[in-house]
Amino acid sequence: MADEPLVLGIETSCDETGVGIVRGHTLLADAVASSVDEHARFGGVVPEVASRAHLEAMVSTIERALREAGVAATDLDAVAVTAGPGLAGALLVGVSAAKAYAYALGKPLYGVNHLASHICVDQLEHGALPEPTMALLVSGGHSSLLLAPDITSDVRPLGSTIDDAAGEAFDKVARVLDLGFPGGPVIDKYAREGDPEAIAFPRGLTGPRDAPYDFSFSGLKTAVARWIEAKRNAGEEVPVRDVSASFQEAVTDVLTRKAVRACKDEGVDHLMIGGGVAANSRLRAMAEERCSAAGIRLRVPRPKLCTDNGAMVAALGAEMVARRRPTSGWDLPADSSLPVTEPHLPGTSDAPTDSHGQAHPHTHDHDHVHELSRENLYS
Amino acid sequence: MLLLALDTATPAVTVALYDTDGDRVLAASDQTDARRHGELLLPSVDRVLREAGRPLQDVDRVVVGTGPGPYTGLRVGLVTAETFGAALGVPVLGLCTLDGIAYASGLEEPFVVATDARRKEVYWARYSDARTRVGDPAVDRPSELPAEVTAMPSVGAGARLYEEVFTGLRTDLPLDQSAAALACLAAEKLAKGEEFPPPRPLYLRRPDARVPANYKVVTPK
Ligand SMILES: [Zn+2]
Repeated sequence: MADEPLVLGIETSCDETGVGIVRGHTLLADAVASSVDEHARFGGVVPEVASRAHLEAMVSTIERALREAGVAATDLDAVAVTAGPGLAGALLVGVSAAKAYAYALGKPLYGVNHLASHICVDQLEHGALPEPTMALLVSGGHSSLLLAPDITSDVRPLGSTIDDAAGEAFDKVARVLDLGFPGGPVIDKYAREGDPEAIAFPRGLTGPRDAPYDFSFSGLKTAVARWIEAKRNAGEEVPVRDVSASFQEAVTDVLTRKAVRACKDEGVDHLMIGGGVAANSRLRAMAEERCSAAGIRLRVPRPKLCTDNGAMVAALGAEMVARRRPTSGWDLPADSSLPVTEPHLPGTSDAPTDSHGQAHPHTHDHDHVHELSRENLYS
Repeated sequence: MLLLALDTATPAVTVALYDTDGDRVLAASDQTDARRHGELLLPSVDRVLREAGRPLQDVDRVVVGTGPGPYTGLRVGLVTAETFGAALGVPVLGLCTLDGIAYASGLEEPFVVATDARRKEVYWARYSDARTRVGDPAVDRPSELPAEVTAMPSVGAGARLYEEVFTGLRTDLPLDQSAAALACLAAEKLAKGEEFPPPRPLYLRRPDARVPANYKVVTPK
């Protein structure tokens, strides 16, 4: 399958510096440098700390990915990069690196959407995405139900969180329980030894008149915090395992219930789950159960492909190449609030192209280019 | 030897291509937009190379301003330079941004360079002449600088911004960083066999260790 596009993808939207290399639907390398430990003592991702770490790790992570994949940079067909959404300063490091790399190698550049990449990564695990794909994206930054008839050009938001992201709720509950940051893995661990029905925590936005596909985890987080405080105030020991299990049950119950309903309503027989929270063991088990009961085929990539990584960006970039989508310009911006409805950011369509087919936007009008001799610098 | 110089540590997005054999700047581009470094830099590099009629692959050394400067813009130049270096397999040479401004001044007497550090502060350094910095660059409020510093001849947009403090402001000298000057300085240092600092950022401040209330929330509502 050597004619499938060989693409390098760069991801720096949050705290992971990710560089992945794929050939079509085949994963060749997935190099990640994380700054999560530097953020732990702040209880969340500090944007400036993340941006500094991206600059430190960028070039060495690119080189590591190339070594892992065993390919030469000159053999790449394109360079893809997360253009947004994400932390502005963090995105800018990856976007700048991708532009420089693509330019130096004479390769086309694709600025792509982080959320669409989270969906597209599943092609590396389970082959071509069905069309349309129903996707539930859950992480520290996103909780969305998306319907994607074409991952490269048509992604429709059905619903999203109206307050906290699912992963954020895990982080905040872990903080109240003094379990550290990030909260997802540690709560998952304690929950395995707890009773998910010990405490009846609320299921947000599940009433008959509530938006069917939107999520709310802020009320749940507050309810958990109040319950823990009441225990502490009464001088009783907090049952960390039962609290973790009951909280996790409430989150996964709402997520899977709404996702399955969306599949049924839209007549889609596949459900893809991505994002860091997709690594949660209870979410996987419950989704498996409910999907099989509803006759829906569940697709969840392995945990390392669910969290932020460069392979997912490369996967979407490869799809852009395969479908001959227009490339991005050298003036590609980092767009911290890039809407999910824009799977990628093409350059201006009337831009001239060079020998590599790369678009060059017109930016000559307001610029100042001139010949200088050494003398006029001193005079 | 062909040098590509770039600097994004100040509001200027500046790029120059320099030929050390002819000791001349082949082409340069200077734009000022503090919020669009990321969008402007690569198109500038592309234009400069086209203007000079030389492909990037001809470049032997990449020279980059290491700041000090506001972080987001500063990183654009540094990561671009480092990535060029890796892709081309050529060395990347760092130079303090203030040294470039000092060099362009051509002054033979002691003076101070100051750039805008925002938050009512300036990045600054003292020089005994255009090629010789005295001590490390620092970040301070202009009003808290020693009187003997603020009374010196001063250059740079930071000195212009706090003209009431920097009483020796030389309005006749360039305010902004120029990659052409940075390239000339680098050529001089290369000719003398001098060492260059690594292409690492001079932030001079610790990161704001504040987690925004809506951290990580990136999904459009
Ligand atoms: Zn993500």
